[in-house]
Order: sequence, then C-alpha cells, then structure tokens
Amino acid sequence: METLLNVNNLVTSFRTAKEKIQAVRGVSFSVDKGETLCIVGESGCGKSITTLSIMGLLPDNGEISEGSITFQGQELTKKKEEEMRRHRGNDISMIFQEPMTALNPVFTVGYQIMEPLNLHTNLGKNEKRKRAVELLNQVGLSNPEKTLKKYPHELSGGMRQRVMIAISLACNPSLLIADEPTTALDVTIQAQILDLIDDLKEKMGMGVLMVTHDMGVVAEVADRVMVMYAGNVVETGTVKEVFENPSHPYTKGLLASVPNVDEEDHSLEAIPGTLPNLNEKIAGCRFHPRCPYAMDKCRKEDPPHFRITDQQQSKCWLHEEVPSHESTHKAYS
Amino acid sequence: MVGLIANRFLQLVLLLFGISFLVFMSMHFAPGDPATIIGGPTATESDLAAIRAELGLNDPVLLQYFDYIRGVVQGDLGYSFQNNQSVSEAIATRFPQTLNLAIASMVVAILIGVPAGIISAIKQNSWFDVSSTTIALAGISIPNFWLGAMLILVFSVQLQWLPVGGLNAPFWSIEGMKQLILPAITLGTASAAMIARMSRSAMLEVIRADYIRTAKAKGVKRNAVVWIHALRNAMIPVITVIGLNFGFLLGGTIITEQVFAINGVGRLMIDAIAARDFPVVQGTVLLVATLFVVVNLLVDIIYAFIDPRISYD
Repeated sequence: METLLNVNNLVTSFRTAKEKIQAVRGVSFSVDKGETLCIVGESGCGKSITTLSIMGLLPDNGEISEGSITFQGQELTKKKEEEMRRHRGNDISMIFQEPMTALNPVFTVGYQIMEPLNLHTNLGKNEKRKRAVELLNQVGLSNPEKTLKKYPHELSGGMRQRVMIAISLACNPSLLIADEPTTALDVTIQAQILDLIDDLKEKMGMGVLMVTHDMGVVAEVADRVMVMYAGNVVETGTVKEVFENPSHPYTKGLLASVPNVDEEDHSLEAIPGTLPNLNEKIAGCRFHPRCPYAMDKCRKEDPPHFRITDQQQSKCWLHEEVPSHESTHKAYS
Repeated sequence: MVGLIANRFLQLVLLLFGISFLVFMSMHFAPGDPATIIGGPTATESDLAAIRAELGLNDPVLLQYFDYIRGVVQGDLGYSFQNNQSVSEAIATRFPQTLNLAIASMVVAILIGVPAGIISAIKQNSWFDVSSTTIALAGISIPNFWLGAMLILVFSVQLQWLPVGGLNAPFWSIEGMKQLILPAITLGTASAAMIARMSRSAMLEVIRADYIRTAKAKGVKRNAVVWIHALRNAMIPVITVIGLNFGFLLGGTIITEQVFAINGVGRLMIDAIAARDFPVVQGTVLLVATLFVVVNLLVDIIYAFIDPRISYD
C-alpha cells in the first residue's frame, strides 16, 4: 500500500514563561492510502498536538523542535506558512471535536462549504454551488438546497458535524484528520458519523487519521491503532493485534476500562493515578508510576520500541525478550 | 422587527413622561427663581410678581406640568423665559452643531479604536498591545477640558494650524472641517479608548473560538481569518459601546462645547439651567432622552444584521 503520511521522531514543544516543555516526545507513525489509523490515549497525552503539528496549526507558543513529517513525499516541517496554507482544507483536511462551535455562527452553511472551493479551486460560481449540493448529499443531509441557506444555529449537532465533514471533503483530500469527531454527539449519531467517514474513505481512497479516547470507536473504524501516553507512542499494531493481544500495560489498562456487556462478571478497571504533567521529570519509562508491572529497570531506563510482530510494537521492557502473555494478563483481569 | 420598533416606541413614550416629570419637579423645587433672573438686579417686588404671573409660575406645580405636557403632545415645547424664542427653534438652530461634532468624534473614535483594539488582540503582549492599552487607559482618564485646552494651546495658539474655537462654517467646507478637528479629537479620545478596550477583549475571545481554528484548517489566509471570520463575531459588544457613546455625544457635550465655544445643545442646556429657563431645560432633556433611545434602537437593529442568531420576530 502506498504511504501517504510519514511522521518520524516528531517532537513538539511549547514555550512557557519558565521553560520549554515537550508535549510530543519523538512520535513516529505512518498512514497509508485507504487506511484508518486511530491514535488513542487519555486527554493530554499529546494526540491532538500531533495532529495540529501535521496541519501546521500549533498555537503561537508551540513549535516542532525535531523530526520530520512527509506527506506524499514532501517534507511539511520545512514548508513556509503560505505553502502549508495551500495544503490545508485542500489535500489535507481536518474535522474537529465540537460540531456545536466549530462552524462560524455568522455565515451560512453554503458560504462555509464553498469557502475551501474559493480558496483552492478555480470553479465558477454555479459549479461551486453544484459541488456544495453534491457534498451535502454525500454526507446524507436531506434537502441540500435549503441547508445551504441555513445558519449553523438552525442545525442539530449531528447535522453540523455532517456539514463539517462536507467542508473537509470539499476539495477531495487525500488525508482526513479527524480529532474526536464523535465525542460530542449522541451514541446513535456517533455510529452514523463513523459509518459515513468509513464509507467516504472507501469511496475516495483517503487515508484517515482519527484521534479518539474511545476504544469503541477504534474497534469500529480503525485498521491500525497507535496508543499514546504522556507524549510517547507506547504501542502500535493492527486493531486485531492490539485488541486481542495488548502488549503494553497501558493498553491493557485502557481496554480493561471499557465496559463489556457480553461478559456478565466483567468489572471495570480504572488505571490508577493520573497522567503526569508535561513538565514533570520522570526517570525511566513515563508510565512506570502507574504501571502494575513496574520493575527496577523501568524506573531507570526509558524503554525503546520492541517489535512483537510484523506490525505490532511495544515500548515496554516486558518485551525485551520474547514475552510470555500468560503472566502479563493477570494484573488487570 | 416591527414589534421591536413598536415596543421601543412605547417604552420611549413612558420614559419621556417619567423624565419630563422628574426634570420639571426638580427644576421647580430647586432654589433660584426665574423671575429674579429675568427681571435683573433692579427689579422691584411688583415687577417680579408681574413676571411670575406672566410665566404662569403662580399656578400649582402639577397644573403647570399638565399644561406643559399638553403642549408637548401637540408638538409645542414652549417658549424660552429669556428671549421668548420657541424652544423647538432654539434646539433646531443648535442641534446641527452638536450632530456634526458627535458624528466627527465618533468617526475619530471608530477609526482609531477598532483597528487599535484588533491589532492589540492579534498581537497580544507585543509592544503595540502594551502601548495601545496604556494609551487607552490614559485616553479614558484624561479630562476633556484639559485635553481640549492643550490641543488649542499647541495647534491653535503655538502652531496656528487650526482655529481656536467656533463651529459656524458648513461642515463640508475646508473651514468647517478645520473647526471640527480639535473638538472631534478631544471628544473622540475617550470613546476611542473605550472602543479599543472593548474591541481588544472581544477579539481576544473570538480568535480562540473553535470556528477560527476551523477557518485556519480550511486554508483561509491569516488576514482573512481576522477580518472576515473573527471581526463580525467580535463586533457585537463593540457596537454596543459605540451606540452608548454616540448616544452620550448626541446629548451635547457641555465641556467640549464650552472649551471650543461651540453653540451646541450642551451649551444651550447649561445656559438654560443657569438662567432657570425651565422650558428650554425641559426641551433639551427630552431631546437627549429621545436620541438616546433611538440610537439604542438602531444598535439593536444592527445586531440583527450582524448576527443571524438574533431575531426579534
């Protein structure tokens, strides 16, 4: 499969009054054409910052301090703002978490859908209108002609998220970044939106990078999963591998904290402790203070990524040698 | 929209009744007798009695008030005690000066205040932001009479670029514009400062909004993000401040008119108060109140055009 996006050793840091703190600490991954990669982790683990780094939309005090991001073979971190602007909303587009506030309240839906077309294409007025109607049809909004004239406050949350998706698809992007696109929606609407993204991905052959903290979403849409903790990638693998054979204690913890209605005696397990602050200095593995398997080595040395299968990798000393899954499963079950 | 206008009109009528009553009563119970002022220091007691009888000041106060209101309802604001000129006429000759000055001051205030506030917000904590915020604070704090006097001293007396005072040439003539510059700056400074502060805080809130991030993610250019996506959203509180300020300015600005010898409504009012010229005081106060309500109505109507979420139906 053709690689669309390749992120290598990305370090993103923020300047604060006192010091420079790292929100993303050397993250590497790739997204292929037609593939969905889900980034999973708790709030504050650096998943959104990773996506904003790709978009070149970091806040003013943030910067990519190391690493490379290549998109379709082009290095993005070296590009000037104007060059990045031409990618945004064009071949890389993004949808956000809050459909209620992500649309500008003072412009009509039509204006907002046609805006990327104004910016990135030479279509005439009628063609743009036609494309906008087509997009609204594509995202399943009935009566598109009428919807074009509406303002965001006249639409429900689900409808607004569909409009957001229509906006992001306007210029046929090769890569769609979705930052928690369903978190703010009702469960029934969530499923519809996820199906929609999945469908469109199939039809248009896009690569999708989806950020979520919801394991249910991952199971539904992901081809591959990348688990992040405190700015690091702790585990990657295919959905099947990660769900059936989670190899990092943090991934196990995440899976154990998802309700399961199929198993009667399933009890929810919370991961003890909280995510460390970005500026907290932790020797060794950053997860060790919360890890039930922490060993002396974990407190001293930061583990590298150990390859488990062709696709699966884990940043955990437990996999230094060939792991025995039996022993590592017990602590959370 | 029609409902809003009708509603405001009704409010205005009630408000004018209330205000006219308060002003009427406070003028009548305040110390000072119009007859002694009209009669002058040489008037005898019988002269004064004759004057009082002629002005109807011997009637019970409430009766005087109802007589006055009956006139007002018919469009008759009464006649000045001082020179028997009709109050409507006195206001009509003075109001254009005040209107010119108010509009010119507002233009100055908006042209300085809005861009300064917006640039401060998008370059928060830069040297521009710090200095404009400081200047804005100074602008609000400096008293008009001092600023006006200093401007006259520098630009009229020392440099002799602009006239010392007066506002009698038509405003479209060069002379008229020259006459307007200093008073407009004097009056506009405080408004500019208020508008700048409000624009800055409104803009700071808006540029952190999710839809601004959406606009950036679409590839909208930096300037267009600010001037198209953010500005309209940030304008609502700014327009409120502009409306309030304009309302105040239209009511005549006593100090600035005094400093620059402009025969506006403010001066008319202050002279009338000094001379206990009840009908003129009443008339000018009613004018000020009416203008204030009308300007605020206009502001509400503008809201609906700027923000589609606001509807008065």
